[in-house]
Amino acid sequence: MLPYSGSVSLVSSFLFPPLQFVPPPNRSDWLCVVTPSVRRVTRSSDWSKSRRFPTGLAHSPAEDSLKMAASLRCFLRSGKKAVSALGQREFHRSAPAAAQVTVRDALNQAMDEELERDERVFLLGEEVAQYDGAYKVSRGLWKKYGDKRIIDTPISEMGFAGIAVGAAMAGLRPICEFMTFNFSMQAIDQVINSAAKTCYMSAGLQAVPIVFRGPNGASAGVAAQHSQCFAAWYAHCPGLKVVSPWNSEDAKGLLKSSIRDDNPVVFLENELLYGVPFEMSEEAQSKDFTIPIGKAKVERAGSHITLVSHSRYVGHCLDAAAVLAKEGIECELKLSRSPLPVVVLQVINLRTIRPMDVESIEASVMKTNHLVTVEGGWPQFGVGAEICARIMEGSAFNYLDSPVTRVTGVDIPMPYAKILEDHSLPQIKDIIFSVKKTLNV
Amino acid sequence: MRNAITVCFRLKIDTLPKKNQTLSLKVVVSRSFADFTPQATFDIKKCDLHRLEEGPPLKAELTRDQGLQYYRTMQTVRRMELKADQLYKQKIIRGFCHLYDGQEACAAGIEASINPTDHLITAYRAHGYTYTRGVSIKEILAELTGRKGGVAKGKGGSMHMYAPHFYGGNGIVGAQVPLGAGIALACQYQGNNQLCVTLYGDGAANQGQLFESFNMAALWKLPCIFICENNKYGMGTSVERASASIDYYKRGDFIPGIRVDGMDVLCVREATKFAADHCRSGKGPIVMELQTYRYHGHSMSDPGVSYRTREEIQEVRTKSDPISMLKERMLSNNMASVEEFKEIDVDIRKQVEEAAQFATSDPEPPLEDLCNHIFYNNPPLEVRGTNPWSKLKSVS
Repeated sequence: MLPYSGSVSLVSSFLFPPLQFVPPPNRSDWLCVVTPSVRRVTRSSDWSKSRRFPTGLAHSPAEDSLKMAASLRCFLRSGKKAVSALGQREFHRSAPAAAQVTVRDALNQAMDEELERDERVFLLGEEVAQYDGAYKVSRGLWKKYGDKRIIDTPISEMGFAGIAVGAAMAGLRPICEFMTFNFSMQAIDQVINSAAKTCYMSAGLQAVPIVFRGPNGASAGVAAQHSQCFAAWYAHCPGLKVVSPWNSEDAKGLLKSSIRDDNPVVFLENELLYGVPFEMSEEAQSKDFTIPIGKAKVERAGSHITLVSHSRYVGHCLDAAAVLAKEGIECELKLSRSPLPVVVLQVINLRTIRPMDVESIEASVMKTNHLVTVEGGWPQFGVGAEICARIMEGSAFNYLDSPVTRVTGVDIPMPYAKILEDHSLPQIKDIIFSVKKTLNV
Repeated sequence: MRNAITVCFRLKIDTLPKKNQTLSLKVVVSRSFADFTPQATFDIKKCDLHRLEEGPPLKAELTRDQGLQYYRTMQTVRRMELKADQLYKQKIIRGFCHLYDGQEACAAGIEASINPTDHLITAYRAHGYTYTRGVSIKEILAELTGRKGGVAKGKGGSMHMYAPHFYGGNGIVGAQVPLGAGIALACQYQGNNQLCVTLYGDGAANQGQLFESFNMAALWKLPCIFICENNKYGMGTSVERASASIDYYKRGDFIPGIRVDGMDVLCVREATKFAADHCRSGKGPIVMELQTYRYHGHSMSDPGVSYRTREEIQEVRTKSDPISMLKERMLSNNMASVEEFKEIDVDIRKQVEEAAQFATSDPEPPLEDLCNHIFYNNPPLEVRGTNPWSKLKSVS
């Protein structure tokens, strides 16, 4: 009997402060960092370090069984990744060289390392320099690199996006930060017509090595004009690469690859993920760690159904997977013959929206025969719609046992009131519901 | 001195056998450039100034070689544009075609005052600048006709021609101005003492992104020369109907400005030199307004007479044509002969004709090229065609 049978609610939206959250030194930082967002406890193996367990337990069989339970939960959540976690869960050995790094710090590290590596790289945007970044992503960079390389701009998106594109054309490698991608609409002409199309129009004579980055999609309580997801908008255009990381490893590896890429890259971050710590392996912490653009990652192995997602909702998918797995297992323990099958989800983290790694999705669908896409953006003409079309056009269609299901944001401008906002975006129960419907269980 | 040499030569030749004497006569005739004035100084129109204590000089020096070179450049652009007009009417050129004839002095004057290592970016009326920045007539016309020998392999067209230190050719009105400021930022960042000449028209002068660029360029003292080519009409709208203030050289507000006679190549050259010195000395950006005129309509689909009178066009042609003005100046100062100009004209016509011949006979780009160059320096990728079974290949 697992101790946390009532923990479905725990897994869903509860406010836990992130682990190892170091309060920033001054109040203004707090105001930026402490947003009423949903904080997730790390997806890694450190369940036993969670505050839910009392600290300073004596080494006892009870503690061992608690830790074993934690490992099992961890195993269910993180699929095959937890095999190594179980291996790490040697109770008397020292901790591995992996570290807990927030997405914010991972992005900061990525930019710091690339600024150091190539002197043509520079960062410009509103409040990126002396304010340390509106969301503190560029903290410390201005102090280290100075005015020349970390440039505060006036509130002129179209102007400074154009300036960044021009600088890229003339040989530099700018990182252009939009405070949120909602403001990029003011500059979208420069992103599409001046950056994305130029290499093609000039038949390869003129390259534009630029990265446009910033938070994308819904935040918390910022209402309609500040909550739009632009993944579909930018991914529509040839000439652009569109990247959407989820965890810290994604953030760091993909940002480094984007900066090193000689083409315009739209790098969609998520404000709610900035403060969330994830485990980063020793390899991921190295200065040359890059993740190739255009390759998805299987976050959790599974055999019954494939969930494809990007950015924040990968976490939701993993949580849904844990819940469904737990449900199944619980039934199995209770009764010898369980009427409910163990639903084992394969969760794919797209990582890159354009060019999309359809091969990974197809390979997974050929194995599981069912597909659910999960995203925060609106349904019409969105990422999920594109995945449906591609699967239908490809060889994986023959392997589908049911139509593809899209779980998306509600087709409305984002409302303000908390209850309305919560119901405008996919929740874990929506994912679970859609999975069960798709599997017809 | 040259006369003396000519005489000696002649004396020496007279001692030669008869059959060689005819040769010497030819030599004497071709050395008649010695009769021309090598250099002259011309008065140029005073420029209106905004936030400047002193402006460009009121006199310009012109050497014979320079004069002939400017004439050649302007005449080449003129003939090339007229040939494009012809090809468009024959439907060999399609889509957009914005012609530059009448404004040649701007392109020639600017190029004469900046270095090849400086940068230049303009809007869609770009054929003149594409030529002055080093692309051959052949490649320009072939790009207009959409052939693989075009400067952008036929993929760009009239508005998207590129060359080293020349960033096009931009179709979105005003979008090139922030790009130009960005190129200037790169010059400043790299510390290479280069500058960027950013051109726009009287129509684009009302775009918001221009003022955003002015602000940042002035704030960061970017080495950028913003040049407004005021040809009095933004498509079909005259400047009085479009702008609350038609003093485009003042629109930079806190940025100093100069208003220049854009039909006089020497005036343009001196003003741009002045502006270049201003930028290179670290004083920041400067705005120039070149008052010029286009003979054609906005584009080939615009006859150009519904919003202005034929008399107006004719008046400018007779009184202020840039090529005629330069020619008259040189002739009246005995800097060149009429025959010489004719020779140059014939030579240019021949070149343009050859280029047009190439542009009409060169094959169109191969279909394999359809999806290439989407990305730069990228491994090959697959591109979806018009239907799911059509999988096209793209290489960088």
